[in-house]
Amino acid sequence: MTSTIAASETVESMTAPDAALAIETRGLVKRFGTQLAVNDVNLSVPRGSVFGFLGPNGSGKTTTIRVLLGLAAATGGSVRVLGEEMPDRLASVLPRIGALVEGPGFYPFLSGTANLHRLDSADRFASPATRTARVKAALERVGLSHAAGKKVHAYSLGMKQRLGIANALLMPRELLVLDEPTNGLDPQGTREVRTLVRSLAADGITVFVSSHLLDEIELMCTHAAVMSVGRIVAQGTLDELRRTGEVYVRIITPDDDLARAALAELGIAAGYPVGGRLSALLPDPSIAPETIVSALVAAGARVRGFDIEGATLEDRFVALTGEGFDVAQ
Amino acid sequence: MSLNSVSTARSVPETDTGPASPSGGSLLRSELIVLFRRGRTLAMLGALAAIPIMIALAIKLSPAKLSAAKGPPFLDQVSNNGLFLVVTALLISLPLFLPLTIGVVAGDTIAGEASLGTLRYLLIAPAGRIRLLLVKYAGVAAFCFVGTAVVAITGTLVGLAFFPVGRVTLLSGDTVGIGEAIGRLSLVSSFVFVSLLGLSAIGLFISTLTVVPVGAMAATVVMSVVVQILDALPQLGWLHPWLFSHYWIDFADLLRQPISFASFGENALLQLGYIVVFGALAIGRFASKDVLS
Repeated sequence: MTSTIAASETVESMTAPDAALAIETRGLVKRFGTQLAVNDVNLSVPRGSVFGFLGPNGSGKTTTIRVLLGLAAATGGSVRVLGEEMPDRLASVLPRIGALVEGPGFYPFLSGTANLHRLDSADRFASPATRTARVKAALERVGLSHAAGKKVHAYSLGMKQRLGIANALLMPRELLVLDEPTNGLDPQGTREVRTLVRSLAADGITVFVSSHLLDEIELMCTHAAVMSVGRIVAQGTLDELRRTGEVYVRIITPDDDLARAALAELGIAAGYPVGGRLSALLPDPSIAPETIVSALVAAGARVRGFDIEGATLEDRFVALTGEGFDVAQ
Repeated sequence: MSLNSVSTARSVPETDTGPASPSGGSLLRSELIVLFRRGRTLAMLGALAAIPIMIALAIKLSPAKLSAAKGPPFLDQVSNNGLFLVVTALLISLPLFLPLTIGVVAGDTIAGEASLGTLRYLLIAPAGRIRLLLVKYAGVAAFCFVGTAVVAITGTLVGLAFFPVGRVTLLSGDTVGIGEAIGRLSLVSSFVFVSLLGLSAIGLFISTLTVVPVGAMAATVVMSVVVQILDALPQLGWLHPWLFSHYWIDFADLLRQPISFASFGENALLQLGYIVVFGALAIGRFASKDVLS
C-alpha cells in the first residue's frame, strides 16, 4: 500500500477482519440526538504501533475512545479491539487494555495508593495477592512513590495525570489508550511520558495516544490519524502523512506585506507570518526558486531567509482541519 | 503500512500467572472500605448515634414526669426501663433520620462515581456494569444495617447507663426478662433494617439517572417524605399497602405476647418487591447507559 491518506480509499479493500490490527473500526457512527459526533470512522491501528490520534478540540476523539472502550454504545458500524468483536467481548478484552480517558478520575479523600488499590480490585483478573507489589511498581514507574501516601485532593493536576497513567499500567497490557496524556504536565513530565511511551512500545505494547499537540505526536508516534468534525480525514504512517507531494516556500522577511503582494502576482497565496516567517503552498512546483526571490527583491521586500521544502505535519494538519480558533461543531 | 517488523517483535504480556483466579469479593470489600472510611459516612453514623443520647439527656434533664399522652410512643416508658430507649430512638429515626442518611449513601452510589470520574475507570477496569450495581447495592444495604445497629446499640448502652433496667413490660401487658427483651429488641432492629431496603433500591435507581450526586440524594429523600405523606392520607387507602413506608411503624407487633411475625413478613415481602422492581429498572438503565462523565 503506497498511500492510506484518505480513510475512504482503504475501506473497500479491508472488509475482512485483520489480525494484525489492534484497533479496527468500520463505518463507526456515534450520534447524540441530532448531533453526529463520530461519522463513518474507519480506524486501522496496527499492533505494535504508537498511534497518534490527532484532531482539534471537539472533533470527536474522546467520543471515539469511549466507544472503543465500551463506555458508550456505537450508533452504527463495527468495532474490533485486539481481534475481538466489541462490545460483545468487552469483559475479556478490557483486562488486556490500560486506559486514561478524558483526564484522571480519582477519589480525592483517598491516598494515591488507596485509589489504585480500589481500581485494581474492580478488575476480576487482578490477583489480590500481588496487588500491593503491582501498585508500588506502577507508582514507581510514573515517579509518584514520594506522594503515594498523600490524599489525592492534595495532588497537582500533573500528579493526578501521572496517577492516571499508573492506573493504566497496573497490569501487563497489550494495548494502552492514552487520551491527552501530557495534559497538565510540566515539560519534565511531558518528556517522561514520551520516554515511558517509547519504552512501552519497545516491550511490544500498542499505544493509542490522542492529542491536539502536533509536536508530541511527531516525537512519539509511528502512525497517526487526523480527525476533523467527526471524520477521519487522513491516516497512515507519519511519513505517509507528510509525503503528499506538496511543496512549501518559507521566507524570512520583515516586509511581509510587500512579499505577500509579490507572491500573489506569481499565484502563490501566503498567510500571515509566524515567528517572522512567511509560509505558502506552491500551487505549481515548476516555479523556480530564483524566480520567486527576484520577484521579492524587485518588489522591495528584504529577503533574509529563503527555503523550499516538503510539508510538515503541522502543514498537513492545518490543511486538513482548517486554521483559526473555531472549535469544530 | 509496513508493520511486519513491529508485529513480530510483539511479546504477548501474561495477563495471569496461573489459571484465572476471579476475585469477586475484592470489589465488595473495597466498596465497604471506601464507604466506611469516608468522613461523610462516619459523620452520619455519629449523628445517628447522637439520637438516643439526646433523647436520654432530654428525659434525664426534664424535671417533670411526662404523661403518656404527650410525645412519641414509648417515650414515657424510658425512665422506667432503659431498654425502651432503643425502641423510642428507632421510632424517631425511622421516618426521617435514617431515610436521610440512606438517601445520601444510595443517591451517591453511581452518580457519585460519575461525578468524580471514577465510574469510567471502574467500568474499564473492568468491574462489569451489573456486578458494580450489585456491589453498590450491597454497600447501601450494609450501611442500612450499620446505621440501624448504631442507633440500637447506642440506645442499649445509654439506656443501661442512665436508667433502671429490669423486667420489661410488653405492649400486651406481659413481662419478660432482660434476655428475652434484648432478643425482642434485635428483632425490632432487624425489622427497621429490612424496612430501609426498598428505599435503598429506589435510591440506587435514581443514582443511575444522573451525574449529579446531590440531585440523586435529594430525590431519594424527597421520595421517602412524599411516600410517608401519601401513607398518611386516608383518601388514598387503596394505595397504602403498596407504599414502602406502610409497615414501618408496625414493629410494635414484635413487642406483644404472643409475638406476631405477620407484619414482619408482609413488610419483608413488600421491600423485596421494591428491590426487584427498582433493581431491574436500575440494571435496565445502567446496562445500556452511555457513560460520558
